[in-house]
Amino acid sequence: MVQVIADIPVVPPAQRGYWSGVLSRLKRDPVAMICAVILAALVLSAAFAPWLGLADPYQGSMIARLAAPGTPGHLLGTDEQGRDMLSRLIYGGRLTLFIGLMPVVLAFFIGGTLGIIAGYVGGITNTIIMRVVDVFFAFPSVLLAIAISGALGAGVLNSLVSLTIVFIPPVTRVAEAVTSGVRSLDYIDAARASGANALTVIRVHVIGNVLSPIFVYATSLTSVCMILAAGLSFLGIGVRPPEPEWGLMLNTLRSAIYVNPWLAALPGVMIFATSLCLNLLSDGLRSAMNVRD
Amino acid sequence: MSATDQPLLSVRDLKKHFPIKGGILGRTQAMVQAVDGVSFDVRAGETLGIVGESGCGKSTTAKLLIGLVDRDEGDIELGGKTLGRDISLRALRRDIQMVFQDSYASLNPRMTILDSIAFGARVQGLDDPVGRARRLMARVGLDPDRFAGRYPHELSGGQRQRINIARALVMSPKVVVLDEAVSALDKSVEAQVLNLLSDLRAEFGLTYIFISHDLNVVRYISDRILVMYLGEVVELAPVDMIWAEQAHPYTRSLFSAMPSMDPDNRTQKPPLTGDPPNPIDPPPGCRFHTRCAFASDVCKTRHPVLGPMVQGSPHWVACHLHDPASGHPRAGQGVPA
Amino acid sequence: MLSYFLRRLILVLPVAFGVSVVCFALVQIAPGDPLTAIMPVDATAEQQAAMRAAYGLDKPVPVQYLIWISNLLQGEMGRSIASGRPVADEVFGAVGNSLLLAAAAAVIAFPIGTFLGFLAGYFRDTLLDRAVTALSITGVSVPNYWLGIVLVIIFSVNLGWLPSMGAGPGGSQDWQWDWAHMRHLVLPAVTLAVVPIGIVARTVRALAGDILSMDFVTALYAKGLSRGDVLRHVARNAAATALSVMGLQLGYLLGGSILIETVFNWPGSGFLLSNAIFQRDLPLLQGTILVLAMFFVGMNLIVDVAQAAIDPRIKRS
Repeated sequence: MVQVIADIPVVPPAQRGYWSGVLSRLKRDPVAMICAVILAALVLSAAFAPWLGLADPYQGSMIARLAAPGTPGHLLGTDEQGRDMLSRLIYGGRLTLFIGLMPVVLAFFIGGTLGIIAGYVGGITNTIIMRVVDVFFAFPSVLLAIAISGALGAGVLNSLVSLTIVFIPPVTRVAEAVTSGVRSLDYIDAARASGANALTVIRVHVIGNVLSPIFVYATSLTSVCMILAAGLSFLGIGVRPPEPEWGLMLNTLRSAIYVNPWLAALPGVMIFATSLCLNLLSDGLRSAMNVRD
Repeated sequence: MSATDQPLLSVRDLKKHFPIKGGILGRTQAMVQAVDGVSFDVRAGETLGIVGESGCGKSTTAKLLIGLVDRDEGDIELGGKTLGRDISLRALRRDIQMVFQDSYASLNPRMTILDSIAFGARVQGLDDPVGRARRLMARVGLDPDRFAGRYPHELSGGQRQRINIARALVMSPKVVVLDEAVSALDKSVEAQVLNLLSDLRAEFGLTYIFISHDLNVVRYISDRILVMYLGEVVELAPVDMIWAEQAHPYTRSLFSAMPSMDPDNRTQKPPLTGDPPNPIDPPPGCRFHTRCAFASDVCKTRHPVLGPMVQGSPHWVACHLHDPASGHPRAGQGVPA
Repeated sequence: MLSYFLRRLILVLPVAFGVSVVCFALVQIAPGDPLTAIMPVDATAEQQAAMRAAYGLDKPVPVQYLIWISNLLQGEMGRSIASGRPVADEVFGAVGNSLLLAAAAAVIAFPIGTFLGFLAGYFRDTLLDRAVTALSITGVSVPNYWLGIVLVIIFSVNLGWLPSMGAGPGGSQDWQWDWAHMRHLVLPAVTLAVVPIGIVARTVRALAGDILSMDFVTALYAKGLSRGDVLRHVARNAAATALSVMGLQLGYLLGGSILIETVFNWPGSGFLLSNAIFQRDLPLLQGTILVLAMFFVGMNLIVDVAQAAIDPRIKRS
């Protein structure tokens, strides 16, 4: 037998998993970590709002309308119906964050699946999926969201549906591009050559290699989705009153800009802060994963 | 060499044309005749070397053999069973495996090398995939205790190619197609991997189809050599015979372009000039006539057929020079020295 | 060039067809009967059936689509349920106002975005670069309908410098190029410009950075070219991509102005759209969306062709 170990260099053993590497790189990024902490605080306070000892977000008071921030008993003042702003802002995170993030999660799964199928199978399947995607790309995202929500009417479910439809095409397009790139690599041919069927090849060899670019792309959409979701409620075609929701609150408080202008701007600050943190965290994730765009 | 008369692998009239789309409506404008009527037999235990310039259809032929590219026409027969009739593609893929040129691109970067090797055995439902993979790792010279959990990027090119060889062997195939498998390696590593391939062939009774542009490497490992030009077979002969006499003018220029190790044996023959014609629109008649020093009128019109140089000879060629009935002015005289 | 244009044009046709199907489908997915708004409450079953037949609603959906699209191709977009006026008249008047707003925003955003992006790309990894990057990420993260409100609070409520609503004095609908009208344009245009400033700055920064690190720039310096000459070369190389991003942004501005128009009561297509939504005026909703989407499709086509005209490499791919 031939001695064949001549070209073996010393390689450090112990291979860390890919995702734990990403996580440790992300932890060294101060901006991303601050954003992650803020977002976590928003999500947690919204989730545990009933246990935070807040005022009833639905209980108004005719005599305490539009109280300025700092008023005793109302740290952030009251809205046009005298409801506690702090409470409504924290409770408002529930619907706002849900409608702002859920469509991207759904689009990630639906669009990711469609794009991987289109990219892997190719041919006529690819043509059909991608031509339909092209049609939805012909609408600016704001227009499409408003068109579908406008036709369906207001409501949480309708907002979810319309925003999910808005974000499926971009995710599909990225997933298709990444998958066709991976599809042409020899290891996919090698896997096919071992007799594995398409589903096995996709499950074992494709998904692991396309997931992180698709995921990073999806996270970059969350900020836009957040702004759009609150925008739909702002227009009156999203969440229905009297539910607390930041976009809707911004809309109803517009009438207060001559009375107590900075109070009226508060719900927008929440939307802005969330969307900024989502963007910065997504950028941090992108560099931690070494994804080039 | 223990070769029986019954071929293990038999390829008949294999064809693959790729469409070229273009124009305003994106309709098919032309077809690239990547592989156009290739036929050959390989006996069990034999190594068939396939040589030719890049773009001649070597790699497409390899991918057709294993069904990575769908063939337009032609039959592939393994052990007397015809693919698609007597044997499924999935079953064929258990018996024919392939090693690719790019050792890095042919390994999943997110998978440990043990998993990469074991994948095929798992897919085919063989018992003890991990045990098989570990034994093969050891056999190709990588200690499984040290390397099993590593990822491709932690290995050298030579190591990765050993892993690719182990992966190809995990299902105990009969035939291994090696598509430029050593071309990207350093010369010293290449020699080691070639030796490993020879040893494995003897040990497991493998049959190789060895594709390369490096004639010296092909000579070292092959029993017979098949020369391709623009999707067609132009010459097919045992190594010694083709080394002694290159019957096709194309083969001759291919050999004369090869750098010689012996300074007294420097080639004086003209090397091949020009690029091969576009395979989208191959020339009529003999496809080589546009670059051939001996082309006559008949070469421009009549397509030469691959056949034995003399009755019963294992040296086959597709050239009018060797066919006394071709009508070529020098027919039957062979290629002038 | 002409053949490239024709090829792109033919590729646009199926997209335009798809867009028309989506717009047609908008009415189909809308809950409730499209005729409820105009049907008399006490209409008998026969009257209802006659009405359905008159509007073609008794026919199968594909036939309804064909009737709708053939009317559309003859310029007939139906009548607004709320105002009774032809949809085409309402939409085109409003789209004109939206275009004006989008163009004003583009005039503000593109030079500023290009300048900032170029600075950041040229002085990469300096404090200036980080400041521009921070600014552009803030720009794309800000909900512009909220920014509009903030600007109104500052410049209309507190300072009283600029009007907060409408497109002219006294709710005037007819645009004129005088200061009385133009001061109405300032706040909505600035608000609308913020997102594209961020996007254009980001794009130009990446482009300038990439091109400056390319071999040919080193070669230009080696040839002894001055800083200014090198900059000119770099700018020309980046122009094709930058222009395409800006062209698309112009389309997005038109679509994205809907929320801003609501904030400022700007009498554009977005304002029309939100009125159509609240009055359940489905023909108007459909018509507005269709016109805006078709404009966006056309914009894409122009961008593609212009890009190919500037950078011949694109034609080949």
